Amino acid sequence: MSTDSIRRVTEGEYKYGFTTEIETDSVPPGLNEDVIRLISAKKEEPEFMLEWRLKAYRQWLKMKEPHWAHVEYPPVDYQEIVYYSAPKQKPKLKSLDEVDPELLETFEKLGISLEEQKRLAGVAVDAVFDSVSVATTYKKKLGELGILFCSFSEAVREHPELVQKYLGSVVPYTDNFFAALNSAVFSDGSFVYVPKGVRCPMELSTYFRINAADTGQFERTLIIADEGAYVSYLEGCTAPMRDTNQLHAAVVELVALDDAEIKYSTVQNWYPGDKDGKGGIYNFVTKRGACRGRNSKISWTQVETGSAITWKYPSCILQGDNSVGEFYSVAVTNHYQQADTGTKMIHIGKNTRSTIISKGISAGHGQQSYRGLVKVMKGADRARNYSQCDSMLMGDRCGAHTFPYIEVKNPSARLEHEATTSKIGEDQIYYCKQRGLSEEDAVNLIVNGFCKEVFRELPMEFAVEAQKLLSVTLEDAVG
Amino acid sequence: MATPLLQVHNLNVEAGGNRILTGIDLEIAPGEVHAIMGPNGSGKSTLAHVLAGREGYDITAGEVLYEGRNLLELEPEERARGGVFLAFQYPVEIPGVNNTYFLKAAVNAVRKHRGETELDAMDFLALVKEKMKLLEMDDSLLNRPVNEGFSGGEKKRNEILQMALLDPRLAVLDETDSGLDIDALRIVARGVDSMRGAERSFLVVTHYQRLLDYIVPDHVHVLANGRIVKSGGKELALELEEKGYSWIDDEVVKEAR
Ligand SMILES: Nc1ncnc2c1ncn2[C@@H]1O[C@H](COP(=O)(O)OP(=O)(O)OP(=O)(O)O)[C@@H](O)[C@H]1O
Ligand SMILES: [Mg+2]
Repeated sequence: MSTDSIRRVTEGEYKYGFTTEIETDSVPPGLNEDVIRLISAKKEEPEFMLEWRLKAYRQWLKMKEPHWAHVEYPPVDYQEIVYYSAPKQKPKLKSLDEVDPELLETFEKLGISLEEQKRLAGVAVDAVFDSVSVATTYKKKLGELGILFCSFSEAVREHPELVQKYLGSVVPYTDNFFAALNSAVFSDGSFVYVPKGVRCPMELSTYFRINAADTGQFERTLIIADEGAYVSYLEGCTAPMRDTNQLHAAVVELVALDDAEIKYSTVQNWYPGDKDGKGGIYNFVTKRGACRGRNSKISWTQVETGSAITWKYPSCILQGDNSVGEFYSVAVTNHYQQADTGTKMIHIGKNTRSTIISKGISAGHGQQSYRGLVKVMKGADRARNYSQCDSMLMGDRCGAHTFPYIEVKNPSARLEHEATTSKIGEDQIYYCKQRGLSEEDAVNLIVNGFCKEVFRELPMEFAVEAQKLLSVTLEDAVG
Repeated sequence: MATPLLQVHNLNVEAGGNRILTGIDLEIAPGEVHAIMGPNGSGKSTLAHVLAGREGYDITAGEVLYEGRNLLELEPEERARGGVFLAFQYPVEIPGVNNTYFLKAAVNAVRKHRGETELDAMDFLALVKEKMKLLEMDDSLLNRPVNEGFSGGEKKRNEILQMALLDPRLAVLDETDSGLDIDALRIVARGVDSMRGAERSFLVVTHYQRLLDYIVPDHVHVLANGRIVKSGGKELALELEEKGYSWIDDEVVKEAR
């Protein structure tokens, strides 16, 4: 089955879940214990879940919004956010003729199929497209293998023992301001459990969407790969996600037990704001994976092109001996976008290895920072890390900054760090043009070459989409 | 006489506040091979880049006609698609971009412009293999990033491979012979020579007579201080080799300064 159809199916499920479970609209803006009780009640959660949310809330009240990132934004009024709202159906349009032509043009450039365009733009789709049979086949196949893949709410109801065991075990609610907030009010998200020795035969994929305007979005994702299991998970999509200024504070937790491997790929294209920097989404995400078992492996691959402000550091805690952490990232900031992103690799076990490849591209007035921590604990004998951070600048109004932090408490560790900053080569563009390529094609070629090491980590179809996305994002960035 | 393919009249060029070319006159008829020789820094590469359309030069006077049309108002890619090819003295590396992919994109850009059908992967591979054989190039260069980590000689061969693929009308070769070993020089020069024809013209920049043993020029020009100070037949190159640039009428050189 293709990624597309899987995505459609999971998307269908997502919608389905909401419409059957939730009847009420929104609660008034603002946050207090009653709101949290209400959220939990609406979702028919077991007692432990409510307790956990309340503890997180009380913790959050004691915390301050952090401001150490290299980003600037007006203060967020947390009492103005609506913390619970049943997803409103987007206004259904009758045909694509009613959709903003500019949006359609972007869809076209991204090569998104007509059916997909309709769905994304909120046009009514026919029954064949929302096919239940595909969903059933898909569910059946995963079910046969014992793989659980469902919405977080469903997991809380159907598999409370797994949720209770692992929730907050990688990102505790005390971790940071946004993680605490998320823990208190998280709306929904995805849950994956792959049992012992099972290799998930297909890529699991879910769109993350912001459903109703002015609703802070608090996704919660938990993925567990039991001993010897393997799973590849895709998050996001390349189609532009439009919305007014919104806070998006997701938490993603990954747990890999002995000999397990989790590959987590993200393409993030939230609305970045207009050319003057108005609007756009604040994307403050906590993503962390624990390589808990021996020989376990977690790879993060991300392509970040959207959002007005991106603030995220997908990290790995390398606890099991011989465990491996990887972080491959392409981040693009154009116009007035700001991104402060990177990773943390915490080496605890012996012979743990980590690789960091970060490619930052800044254009327009875009500001971008790489922030990475490599920490080697006392017992992490022979830990190894390789970090490579390359920045490419287009034009002279953008910026790139690198903040590598290194803490080593074990003398047998070996760390390598390389960093480069370059302007997109005038000579390279000229060389391509001398061979007949247009300026646009030349820039795409060079940028894709620059990002190659990251793109090749993405699942095939995702990689193709990501390349297209990059060229659309950087349109008019040079010249 | 046939109408010239390229006409350069009184071309004056400045860059970074320096006067680099000071009144170049040059006419190249279809099928002709012109060689340009001259000391380091005399402006040979500048002339080549001005023809190819590189940014950063001020054309303060003069004109350049290609096929009778004003070449200088065209973008580099328009010139390339129109048949102007420059083999770079210093070929540019493009990290992460597969050489085959690049060559194919270039070939198809040019073909599209000519109204020819674009080649698919299979046809392109057949074409590129054929041309590589001619230049005795190693296949492995196809799967590497464009020019990245290529040896000096490999880069130069890659330039000539591109020329062979793009099938230009005017090929400007800027010191393609520099950096080639003796065998490679012979192979590359023969490759170039095999592409001579009534419709194709060459402007060959070189420091060495040796190349001109294989690609025998119709005309040889000496560029000094931004000016063509002497022109002649193929024997001029031999004389230069023997006597050096100082041999050229000291008067002329002084005047050019
Ligand atoms: N962009 C520029 N700004 C300032 N000076 C320049 C620029 N480009 C070229 N020059 C100068 O113009 C002169 C001619 O340079 P050019 O590269 O054309 O020489 P050349 O004849 O090709 O030399 P060589 O035989 O060494 O390749 C040199 O003195 C060079 O430093
Ligand atoms: Mg030169």
